[in-house]
Amino acid sequence: MKKDIILSGVGGQGILSIATVIGWAALDQNLYLKQAEVHGMSQRGGDVQSNLRISSSEIYSDLIPKGECDMIISMEPMEALRYLPWLSPKGWIITSSAPFVNIPNYPQIEEIEKELKKSANLIKIDSEAIAKEIQAPRSSNMVLLGAAARFIEIIKKENLQEGIKNVFMRKGEEMVATNLKAFEAGYEFAQKSL
Amino acid sequence: MSDKLLLLGDEALALAAIHSGLSGVYAYPGTPSTEITEFIQNHPLAKERGLHSKWSCNEKTAMEAALGASFAGKRALVCMKHVGMNVCADGFINSAMTGTNGGLVVAGCDDPSMHSSQNEQDSRFYADFAMVPCFEPSSQQETYQMTRDAFDFSEKEKLPVLMRLTTRMAHSRAVVKTGEIREENPLRFSPEEDSRRWVLLPANARVRNEVLVKQYLELEQESAKSPYNKLTKGKDNSIGIIVSGIAYNYLMENYPDGCPYSVLKISQYPLPKSLVNELAQQSKSILVIEEGQPFIEQKIKGILPTPIPIHGRLDGTLPRTGELNPDCVRKALGMKELEAGKKSEVTVPRPPALCQGCGHRDFYTALNNVLKDYPTAKVFSDIGCYTLGWLAPFHAFHTCVDMGASITMAIGAAESKVHPSVAVIGDSTFTHSGMTGLLDAVNMKANIVVCISDNLTTGMTGGQDSAGVGRIESICQGIGVAPEHIRLIVPLPKNYPDMEKAIREELEYEGVSVIVCRRECIQTAKRHIKK
Repeated sequence: MKKDIILSGVGGQGILSIATVIGWAALDQNLYLKQAEVHGMSQRGGDVQSNLRISSSEIYSDLIPKGECDMIISMEPMEALRYLPWLSPKGWIITSSAPFVNIPNYPQIEEIEKELKKSANLIKIDSEAIAKEIQAPRSSNMVLLGAAARFIEIIKKENLQEGIKNVFMRKGEEMVATNLKAFEAGYEFAQKSL
Repeated sequence: MSDKLLLLGDEALALAAIHSGLSGVYAYPGTPSTEITEFIQNHPLAKERGLHSKWSCNEKTAMEAALGASFAGKRALVCMKHVGMNVCADGFINSAMTGTNGGLVVAGCDDPSMHSSQNEQDSRFYADFAMVPCFEPSSQQETYQMTRDAFDFSEKEKLPVLMRLTTRMAHSRAVVKTGEIREENPLRFSPEEDSRRWVLLPANARVRNEVLVKQYLELEQESAKSPYNKLTKGKDNSIGIIVSGIAYNYLMENYPDGCPYSVLKISQYPLPKSLVNELAQQSKSILVIEEGQPFIEQKIKGILPTPIPIHGRLDGTLPRTGELNPDCVRKALGMKELEAGKKSEVTVPRPPALCQGCGHRDFYTALNNVLKDYPTAKVFSDIGCYTLGWLAPFHAFHTCVDMGASITMAIGAAESKVHPSVAVIGDSTFTHSGMTGLLDAVNMKANIVVCISDNLTTGMTGGQDSAGVGRIESICQGIGVAPEHIRLIVPLPKNYPDMEKAIREELEYEGVSVIVCRRECIQTAKRHIKK
């Protein structure tokens, strides 16, 4: 079994924390993992992505081949669309619906939504609004991870929760609780919207 | 004792260095190499042992300091991005001439596709040029193991070893099993009869040159025997594949059940001619898959005894430029594309930008306001976050070439009657390679204005210590800039009138002026507040 995931967003939105949690859980389950990250120049407000590959057998390429991506998890709707050429015809898109506008030629949100709807397997979630609603405004990335959790399959929900505990532990109990709450809110949202 | 850790390629290299008995890492930050030094700076064992890990002013000072440590018998590591190899080339190439004592490993991190760089140069050419061995790992585990072996190999051969990583290896994580922890080397010099090589007077250097040329041929035998270079025979002899470093993964990704062709995997250089010949004899054609520039492809054209078609980056079988990926390798192998989603027409590029609230923004705003009145002005910028000021909305300068080129290009332009001629350089870039240029400007009485956009850090690579913090003005004064023409401004919107007045006055002065434009990087400021 294998899962190829593209995490996307804008520099500073916290996609690497999502990757760290999934990575911790994969390691804990003794799975093979490769995770290509973007460091450097692009982190300054540009588009960022991480290729995350998890498998029960050895993985060669750090990059996901075109057409083999099982899911795009995106903190930003236009950034989700950027990686369509990698998405398998059966693949899922789990994306935040909130646009991050830091460029003058950002497309009309209706255009983006129309394009997203062409995908049969889509979860669109206002993770920012949900995070604010539950008083966890800085944990919208964990809301999104929660929404994606049931589709990751190769890693169980409980393992992801364990991952959150371990990754946020050094920031204190309160941070752990907030992020777990955010994760759960995203998980429930995805369940309801299916 | 063995641990299993999830590590970036950079971190695997760093940890292996510590476990190999490293005594010091010497480096200047540069993507994709920065995380090597940062890992060592934060590692408990490195702290406990008090290993040197402070940032150097530039790659040349780093290389030479590491060579000094090697002279004293210690194990040292030098890290840099590929263009840093240019800066330290004098020290690097001559470290092969002197040879080493304690193990010396140079990590050169190449950036194909130029994710964060101005060119695509391939460090393997430097290793070959200097006649030193080069290791090119294909996985994070191999990075760990090879770095350990590189220190041993360096001590055995008495030569530096170049570890070549590329962005995708440097910045990708995988599980790494670690090995035993070795002690540091004691202080120990080359024996008396072997000490002349450290003095590269022509008489000594000529002797060393003969030794080095001969040794490089012997290193080829070592490469042929190396477990890192492996010829695996296949059933189909229509193609024989030579594949190096991370490109090996893209090849194997396309053959989950095993590759039908013979494959020569190269991870240790100099290139072993005997293995290349063996592959060529059993194949009807050769395909070379390598990350970066066509180094192997060019080499083998001269070493095969019989003509055989060679495919790769030079004949267009693979793209001539840019990073490899499983898809272009798949195409080169003649396989069909997989079914996938189509490129979205709605998506537009999202280039990086200066952070909101960044001091460089306020500086460029003020500079642009003033220069509206000087239509003949040319602005020469440099390497750093502030290079993003070329993009909208600032379009603030005309050149960006290499570390330090702002000041020196401004000098040449001013002497060619460009007026005003303005240089823009960051504090860290100034201490890296700008100070000597400023001394030229003073000696030549060049009519230029040097703006040092000082954010008290090395910003673009994530906020590493900057060498001249607290001393920028005194450095400029020591170099000979007149104190009344060293101006300090604080880049904030409320200060625009003062900033513009200072810039205008210095543009009108005939001679060298320095405007220090100082406000802390907002990213590092945020971190300081959290602490």
